[in-house]
Parts: sequence; structure tokens; C-alpha cells
Amino acid sequence: MSGHSNWPEWIYVTVVIALMAWVGAEAWEAERLVEHVPEDAKTIIVTGQQWFWTFEHEDGTKEIGELHVEVGKAYKFEVVSKDVNHSFNIHDYVVLMDAIPGRVNTVWFAPDKVGEHDIQCREYCGLIHYNMRGKLYVEEPSH
Amino acid sequence: MTLELQKPRPIWQIMFSTHHTDVGLLYLISSLTFLFLGGSLALAIRAELFLPGSQIIADSMTFNRIFTVHGTTLIFLFIIPFASAVGNYYVPIMVRYKDMAYPKLNAIAFWMIPPAGVLIWLGFADFTWYATPPYSIISAPGPAADMWIFGLKILGISSVLGALNFVVTILKCKHPDMSIGQIPLLAWSFLSSSLIIIVAIPTFAAALLMLLTDRLGVSGFFNPAMGGDPIAYAHLFWFTFHPEVYVLVIPAIGMMYEIIPRFSRKPIYSYNSGIFAFVMLSLVGFSSWAHHMYATGMSFTEKTVFMVGTLAAVPASAMHVFNFVATMWNARIRFSTPMMWAVGGIALFFSAGAGGVVNSAMPLDFTTHDTYWVVGHFHLFVMGTIAFGSLGFLYYMFPYVTGRLYNETLGKIHFILAFIGTVLVFFTQHILGLYGMPRRIYDYPPIPEWIAMNQIASIGAMIIGTSMVIFLANMIYSAGKGKLADTDDPFGLGGKYYYPFEAKNPSH
Ligand code: HEM
Ligand SMILES: [Cu+2]
Ligand SMILES: [Cu+2]
Repeated sequence: MSGHSNWPEWIYVTVVIALMAWVGAEAWEAERLVEHVPEDAKTIIVTGQQWFWTFEHEDGTKEIGELHVEVGKAYKFEVVSKDVNHSFNIHDYVVLMDAIPGRVNTVWFAPDKVGEHDIQCREYCGLIHYNMRGKLYVEEPSH
Repeated sequence: MTLELQKPRPIWQIMFSTHHTDVGLLYLISSLTFLFLGGSLALAIRAELFLPGSQIIADSMTFNRIFTVHGTTLIFLFIIPFASAVGNYYVPIMVRYKDMAYPKLNAIAFWMIPPAGVLIWLGFADFTWYATPPYSIISAPGPAADMWIFGLKILGISSVLGALNFVVTILKCKHPDMSIGQIPLLAWSFLSSSLIIIVAIPTFAAALLMLLTDRLGVSGFFNPAMGGDPIAYAHLFWFTFHPEVYVLVIPAIGMMYEIIPRFSRKPIYSYNSGIFAFVMLSLVGFSSWAHHMYATGMSFTEKTVFMVGTLAAVPASAMHVFNFVATMWNARIRFSTPMMWAVGGIALFFSAGAGGVVNSAMPLDFTTHDTYWVVGHFHLFVMGTIAFGSLGFLYYMFPYVTGRLYNETLGKIHFILAFIGTVLVFFTQHILGLYGMPRRIYDYPPIPEWIAMNQIASIGAMIIGTSMVIFLANMIYSAGKGKLADTDDPFGLGGKYYYPFEAKNPSH
């Protein structure tokens, strides 16, 4: 409609832009913090392949389908794939990183409670994608 | 306004015609056929996921093929051709030209769709609607995968031909008395979405060829074993398909621009803001593609850039919502069936966008990415907004196309059931995503929350299915036996004034 003043729409658009700027700024700040890997994080190499996960600790020990870590320590995952794309996911700790052949992607976490959590694949990888699952065991430090 | 009220003609006269309303009718029939075919696959998926364990689908391979063909069918063989149907009927009339600019090309673009559909359905590929390598190169069984690739290739060409035709019709064939600032917003929506198609599709067309030669083993663009990079494909794919989501949604918004002022019996609140928002979406839509790739290992800077690009498109979407609400404000609204669909569609559009903002905020996306949340997010668009806008528009066109009225009560029942079903399925899927259920899985562990949410979603899907049966019966019965419509005012809005674009096509 021509000729009428459109101030309600201007106010509305300004509010939406401000809201988006706020969401963006908060997200930027949060992501900056989560991406900072602690110095003392131990490295675990996570290998995805059709259709299971293998974990290799710093001392060379390997686990298949199960991952044992100690509470209160920081771990850095180096996620790789032997065949197609997968996505390494511990939903309870918001750990998510694609395993892509030819690349090493890193993500870290520091479990704060003893317990058991599901590990799963979140990127479609074929026949048994639905059951490419594992278990995370967060345990008291051994001596 | 009369779209096509001729004496009934034998079907082959329509099939071999190049007249815009005939081609429109062909688009309409084929897109609705694929809506029902693709929809049946959705019901199979929901039935399978009703409980953990195998229900009605024998194995995961079949399940994977079903969701792949479901998505491919509804996006490429229902949504896009449905928009072309509406464009064919309306765009020439709205710019006051006798036909599309290139009628033969128009018919050719349509006739590419059935063979593509046949390839996709006979092949029944399993590599999801984005055919990601290296799975699609080294793991996906042929010939299904190859047939899918050829099918999509054909559909891409058809889209580009159709888009060129709309652009030329609008820009070159519009009546000299009309300026571009006078054509209805529905025509503007086709101009915007066609321009996006022309810019966006060639990238995917190239990626498809590279995928094919990779599968044949003669190249290794995306195959790490041959030095290629799967992430390159992801960029090419999403460079086409993020803009493509606006190709899907913009015509549906255009249809709402046609319905809402009419049934509010008021002019649109702001025509200029509608145009501005379309143009903004078409431009900014190109700055956000990698928001689909936050978890592929992108750097912090890359993620930030694409987050900003994504959030930048939100105000333009929000402007459409504002325009609709402001038009309905204080209006004498008549809630006939088309209006109910349009208003329901706007409500769902708004919720879908809100969920999209969550996906865009990079740390939050690690919770939602590749879970059922994302499935819920984009279905609130493709079903809640686009299918709702399209179905509403179909009811709106019905009297003009057939000369008869559909059954209003059944139309309303269809809407109410579909709305309830949509909320049950897709809001629930957002929650399911927060509980961590990955998408594209044939079976799931018996986690009580997952089971409960899946069951609600499956019941919702059955409600939508029921509503679609009612719809089909209503359309078929009313097309032949419905009450005769007064084509000057089929919805009883009280006068020609409310049909501003009835300007008779000079050559009709
Ligand atoms: C307010 C506007 C929107 C925002 C902020 C937004 C944001 C996003 C984001 C960030 C994702 C990636 C989620 C992930 O995979 O983790 C996504 C996925 C998706 N969006 Fe949107 N979106 C918006 C509008 C739309 C529209 C209008 C459509 C369709 C018509 C759409 C269709 C899709 C589809 C199909 C996917 C997922 C594709 C797939 O992974 O299969 N979105 N959206
Ligand atoms: Cu997987
Ligand atoms: Cu996108």
C-alpha cells in the first residue's frame, strides 16, 4: 500500500536484526571457548569404519566399541575414517565430529561425572549405520 | 479470472498441447501423483519406527532406499513441479501475456520430469538425498545410484529450462503498460526463485557429473583413495541446495501473498516490503551454504562466516511473516479452506525459522546436527509451509480450473487433521533430536523417551495420511460432480473488487 507510513515494520525488523546479532554474538563467544583445547588433554585416536568405532589411547592400547576414560581429565579426540564418512557422537557430552577419510578432525571433552554414556554414529554410512553404536565408561582414576 | 474452462477434451489433446494452462495441468497432475507416492513411503518409515525392532520393513537396505526415494521424490517431483504448475497457470495471466515466452520449451521442461521420476523410482537408490561421497562412490550399489544421478541430472535441466522461461516471460513479455513494480507478488516470487535456480543449479550439475565419473573410476574428485576430497562435494552440493531451499519456499510464500489479502478483503499491507524480502532472500541465500557443514571440521573462522551469513537471511523471512500478520490485522477475514491453509502455513513457517536459528548458532548445532531435530526443522518448511501453501492454493485454484466448487467441509477437515498431524510429527521430532536420536536409522535402542516420541510422531503421520485420503476423494468427486462455481466470486467474498488480478488475458 502506498502512502502510509511503515514504522511498525521498521521497528519489527530492527528488533529481529538485534535479536540475530545477539544470538550470533553469544554463539561466537561460546564456540570460541569450547574450541580451546586444554594443554594437558590426552589424545585418543577415534577411527570410524563400517560399522564400528576403534579407540587408540596414548599408550597404544586399543579398544573396540568401548571407551574407558577417567573422570576429571581432558581428552582430545582425533577423529578419522577408514572408508566412508561417519560422525563420532557422545550426545550426553555434546561431542560431535565427522570422521572423514583423508582428514583428521579434532574435538575434546572433559567428563565431570562417573557414569556410562552412549556413543553413536550420526552421519549416514550405509547398511548398519543404525547400529554403529558404542559405550563410554567414565571411571575413577586408577592408581 | 478464468484459468481454463474449456469443454472437456480428450487427454492426448492436453498432453500434446503447449498452451500454458495445459502444461500447468500436466505439472499439477504429475506433482500430485508424486505427492501421494512419496507420502506413502513416509508412512512406511513412520510405521517402521513406531517401535524398536523390525516392524514392516524387512531390512535396513530397504529402509535406506525408502527414505532416500521419499526425500528425492517430494522435493524434486512434488514441490518443484507443483510450483511450476502454479507458475504456468498464473504468471502469463499476471503479466498479461498470451502464454509462456517459449511454449515448446515449456512443454519440453515438463516432459523431462516423468522419465526422471521413472529412473529414480526404478533405481531406488540408498545414498540419501545428498548422495555424499565417498559412500556414493565406493559403497552405494549400482545401477540404482547411477539411475538416481541421471534422474537428477534431467530434473536439473528441466528446472533451469523452466526458470529461464519464467524469467523471460516476466521481464520481456509483460504488458508494456505494466511496470515491474506492478506485477503481483506471486509473479515476483517466480522471478526470484527462477533467478536463484539459474545461478545455483549449474554447480550441482557439475558435481553430479564428477560423482558419476568418480563412480566409473575414471576420476577421483571426491574419492580420498585417489587423492580427492569428499568435502569438496559437500561445498558444491550445499552451494546449490541451500539457495534451493529458498527456491522451494519462495513460490509457496508467493501463493500466500495471493490468498491472504484476498480472504482478508484488504490489499496487502506492504507490496514493496514483499518484493524487498524476496530479493533479499535470493541474494543472502547464497551466503550460508556451509551451515550444513559445521561438524565436518571447519575452522572457527569459516563457521563464524557462515553463521553470520545464515542469520542475515532471517530478517527477510521475518518480513514476510510481518506482512501477512499486518494484512490480517483488523480485517474482515473469511476463513475458507485456502485461507486456513495459508494461516496455518505461516504459523508453521515461523516455528520452523525459530528452529533454524538454533541450528545456525554453531555450538547449538552440535546438539541438533544430523539428529531428528534437523528432520523436524526442514519438514516444518517443506510440509508445514510449502505443502500447506501449495494445498491451500490448490483449493483456491480449484473453482477456476474445474468450474466447480470443492466440498468446503471436507476441505476444512483435511486442513485440521493435517495441521494436528504436522504438529505431532515434526514438533515431536525436534524433541527426539534433543534426546539424541540420529536421523536415517532403521532401528533404535529401546530408550523409553525415544519410543514415546517415535510413537507420537507415527500417530501424527497416520493422521496426515488419513487427511490426504479425504483430500483425494474431495478433489476427484468435486471435479466431476461438485456444485457449479460462480467464477467471478467463487468464495463469496462479496464482489469482484477482491480479485484484483482478474484482468482478462487479451488472447483468451
Ligand atoms: C529462518 C531461516 C532458516 C534458517 C536460519 C535455517 C537454518 C538451517 C541450518 C543451520 C541447517 C543445518 C542444520 C544441520 O544439519 O545441522 C538447516 C538445515 C536444513 N534446512 Fe534450514 N534454515 C532456514 C530456512 C529453511 C527453509 C526456508 C528451508 C526449506 C524450504 C530449509 C530447509 C532445510 C533443509 C532441507 C535442511 C537440512 C538438509 C538435510 O540435512 O537433509 N531451511 N537449516
Ligand atoms: Cu553412520
Ligand atoms: Cu541450509
